[in-house]
Amino acid sequence: MLDSLSTSVVIDTISQVAQSTSSESLFVIIMKGFSNYAIPFLLLIIPILGFAKKVKVYEAFVEGAKDGFTVAIKIIPFLVAILVAIGMFRASGAMDYFVYLLSPITNLIGMPAETLPVALMRPLSGSGTLGIVTELMNEHGPDSFIGRLSSTMFGSTETTFYVLAVYFGAVGIKKSRHAVAAGLIGDVVGLLMAVFICRIVFG
Amino acid sequence: MLNYIWLALMVIALIVGAINGRIEAVTKAAMDYAATAVDIALGLIGIMALWLGIMKIAEKGGIIKMLSRVIRPVAKFLFPNIPSDHPAIGTMLMNIIANWLGLGNAATPLGLKAMDDLQSLNKSKDTATNAMVVFLALNTASITIIPMTVIAVRAKLGSANPFEIISTAVFASTCATIAAVIAAKLLQKLPGIRKSDPNRIDTEKEEGEKNA
Repeated sequence: MLDSLSTSVVIDTISQVAQSTSSESLFVIIMKGFSNYAIPFLLLIIPILGFAKKVKVYEAFVEGAKDGFTVAIKIIPFLVAILVAIGMFRASGAMDYFVYLLSPITNLIGMPAETLPVALMRPLSGSGTLGIVTELMNEHGPDSFIGRLSSTMFGSTETTFYVLAVYFGAVGIKKSRHAVAAGLIGDVVGLLMAVFICRIVFG
Repeated sequence: MLNYIWLALMVIALIVGAINGRIEAVTKAAMDYAATAVDIALGLIGIMALWLGIMKIAEKGGIIKMLSRVIRPVAKFLFPNIPSDHPAIGTMLMNIIANWLGLGNAATPLGLKAMDDLQSLNKSKDTATNAMVVFLALNTASITIIPMTVIAVRAKLGSANPFEIISTAVFASTCATIAAVIAAKLLQKLPGIRKSDPNRIDTEKEEGEKNA
């Protein structure tokens, strides 16, 4: 009894939050303004603060910037390894088989079969996922349940394998230990929670 | 684990590609993506140089140390093995804020600088430390307050309210982040993973102190 009561309270608050965001364009305007000004602000405030602390700003900048080249070059082998494997996997059409295998499970949790490729692609490729999401919204409309769910899934997590390759590559880490497992657990939880929250808010 | 996933992706691609008669497409993808990887990495040079330059000023001016001090309580929980005034804390904070704001262009260079700072505390340079894995977990699940890319696509396709997915996406990515961090923290306690910890002695000493 208590459980069902508290659940309905949670659902009510969440749907109120959802309604308020659609009318609360001020929040969105502020956030967008913040994003636009954040980088120019940082580019200005850091050198000014540094100068105030008697740092030789130009010399310090050049000293730091010279590492840009080596870091980028160091990433190449890691990125080639990951992107080639993912590219081959995508081109083979193996994704269709995974969708077929997993669709009975996703049907159980009320996840439309059309959105399963989004979930499977999300940890592998950001641009690939965006392509699928765009296609789905073209076909079903951005304001359909499928459109809203696939957009939420896109925003629910990052491209795990790309982040792993670039971040570990930059410092030459080959043995990633439990990083892949932790990242993938995050992806699964994020994608399942996307289904859960979309069913409550948009269902 | 990456060894198995990497091999599995390629073996599956070749077998399924052969069955589907797409073996040529698979080969072409391998060549194309190898070139794409280099393009992406080279494209990072300028922006990396810019942010590493700015960060050097921040470091010399003591700004990063200042930031490190601000989030000491959170940092102590997430990264118990990192001294609380270490620059890695400050650069990680800047990376995470850039991610929240959706500043992808700044987030990656700042994140790589943070990895470099974390690497300075690593005793075995080719193996990830526990702190690195937690930091990666924060980044692979990454919360973005305004996911601009997908909002732009929604707006272009004529959505009545392209922004309505913000609350659901923030909710889902917050859950993802919490799950990834908890997973990283729990997995590092497994015997096999504990054995491969490059800073094993420090971790054990710290846990011994906790128990005492």
